[in-house]
Amino acid sequence: MSGTEQGPLPEAAPDWTEIQGSAEFTELRRRLRGWVFPMTAAFLVWYLLYVLLSDYAHDFMSTKLWGNINVGLVFGLLQFVSTFAITSLYVRHANRKLDPVAAKIRRDIEDGGADTDRALEEGVR
Amino acid sequence: MNLAAGVEGSNPALNISIFAVFVVITLVIVFRASRSSKTAVDYYAAGHSFTGAQNGIAISGDYLSAASFLGIAGIIAVSGYDGFLYSIGFLVAWLIALLLVAELLRNTGKYTMGDVLSFRMRQRPIRAAAAVSTLVVSIFYLLAQMAGAGGLVALLLGIEAKTGQALVIAVVGVIMILYVIIGGMRGTTWVQIIKATMLIIGAFAMTVWVLGQYGFNLSALLGDAVQKVGEGGEKLLNPGAQYGKTGTTRLDFLSLALALVLGTAGLPHVLMRFYTVPSAKEARKSVVWAIWLIGIFYLFTLVLGYGAGALVGADAINAAPGKTNSAAPLLAYALGGTVLLGIIAAVAFATILAVVAGLTITASASFAHDIYANVIKKGAVDDKKQEVRVARYTAVVIGAVAILGGILANGQNIAFLVALAFAIAASANLPTILYSLFWKRFNTSGALWSIYGGLTICLVLIVFSPAVSGKPVDPVTGKSPSMLQGVDFHWFPLDNPGIVSIPAAFLLGYLGTVLSKERTDVKYAEMEVRSLTGAHAEKAVIH
Repeated sequence: MSGTEQGPLPEAAPDWTEIQGSAEFTELRRRLRGWVFPMTAAFLVWYLLYVLLSDYAHDFMSTKLWGNINVGLVFGLLQFVSTFAITSLYVRHANRKLDPVAAKIRRDIEDGGADTDRALEEGVR
Repeated sequence: MNLAAGVEGSNPALNISIFAVFVVITLVIVFRASRSSKTAVDYYAAGHSFTGAQNGIAISGDYLSAASFLGIAGIIAVSGYDGFLYSIGFLVAWLIALLLVAELLRNTGKYTMGDVLSFRMRQRPIRAAAAVSTLVVSIFYLLAQMAGAGGLVALLLGIEAKTGQALVIAVVGVIMILYVIIGGMRGTTWVQIIKATMLIIGAFAMTVWVLGQYGFNLSALLGDAVQKVGEGGEKLLNPGAQYGKTGTTRLDFLSLALALVLGTAGLPHVLMRFYTVPSAKEARKSVVWAIWLIGIFYLFTLVLGYGAGALVGADAINAAPGKTNSAAPLLAYALGGTVLLGIIAAVAFATILAVVAGLTITASASFAHDIYANVIKKGAVDDKKQEVRVARYTAVVIGAVAILGGILANGQNIAFLVALAFAIAASANLPTILYSLFWKRFNTSGALWSIYGGLTICLVLIVFSPAVSGKPVDPVTGKSPSMLQGVDFHWFPLDNPGIVSIPAAFLLGYLGTVLSKERTDVKYAEMEVRSLTGAHAEKAVIH
């Protein structure tokens, strides 16, 4: 990093590396990544499966299920259902598992370190 | 382009009156919003003060462009199932924004995409790169919308002369510039909210109306759409009518599908909307609102598309000016006569106007904040008023470019330009956003390789694609579907470059990173902690 250029946040300087290494933060990261990475992989695979079937398996997708409703239409509508479902599941996960931990770490950073940070800041400049 | 008379049954005076009412109401709101838009944070991010629900509606307003409404309904009406594939790509893409981008971006940035991309990096080169790709994506998207405006004018106002259309495009452009420079982000957001509400209510009413005619039996509606075509009508229900012809068109479809699903979370005007709310939690709420509204809207377009196929018929749609784009307006006329057509026409205009305003404010913010304030003035602009003044001048210039480009591109294929904007966003922006947020080792060199590399590969492949030159001449129209007539310099087989340029941009980001010794571990620690916890995130401004 070049020292002369200003970062986006010049006024406070908690020890970010220390917080990043803390057990609390590691747990928060695990909860976030452990949920969103597999889920992203899952919905991308599910979407690509749909795209490839629509692209290369016309006969299968054209199979009539009832009336004029065929596999392709149901498959497509299921993409809507899965998108809505993943959205709701994520909101639930975030509200229960992520927000409380994130809020606690945030409070510690913003309140706890405020005074020392200001002192540090004046010392540096 | 064939510009015969406007849609039969259309009453241009009524269409213009309804649209004028929309313009007057929104301008009044924009003027009122301008009273509390004094500072940079107001102009760029509406003081971070919209709620998640408001912003979610505004996001759907930004996202549901004329291409979504008129385009998708039209493709479904004429080509059937393949139009549905577009809407699914456009919707599923939002999960990437929700799960990986929106909240983390809100926590680490202030006004623009450049804020986040440059967080850990050397500021000036990255901000310059972010601004270049923002401007390119926004201008392609702008041209697509403005080019569509010309066709819409012919269709709905019965203006056939190119000069008359140019005049209307100019008027639309000037109103849009007024929204942006007077109202800033706050005013533009209100325009999006009003437009999205009108669009979704209009589409909902028509959907219920169509379904009502078939006793709310989707299968009966589909059956009628098939019958209307007659011989070979079954194809309407099956995939492949448009993309299934050859191996190349199938690969092209796969490429398009990738660009759609990965492009959304890299569109600068979508990303910038996440800054208009006070916190990451509200950013999450706004994406949730957007996903529900956009998803439900695309379900409406499925019914409207097949409804237009059944009640209007593909032959009548193809014979109308504007071709497939006229499916939804024709359906409105078939259902509710001149008045409903007038309302839908006004909604379509409002849609173009609002989307163009959203793009213009994004491009102007990126130029003023990233290039002027941080590259030219090296982050030492004391006078924030000066920065906002630059943003307003830029908005006027970009508005002028949009008007001129829209006049020149009048009649060009809209879908091609929009798909290109998505492909560029997915190639130039998304890899750097994801690497910045999640990969510790990532550095300035990797970001530059990925942004400029993705952008260049994308643009080169598109210039040498059949979309620009070399498609065989269509015996019916006597014209080639390519952008340029009578020349052929294409060597890349696909219309959409995504399948090559997106993986290439990810790879370049990796190579650029490991080939450079620069480490950004300390800044990454700050970025990761702040992005996940929201510590020191920009707070809402209370007036």
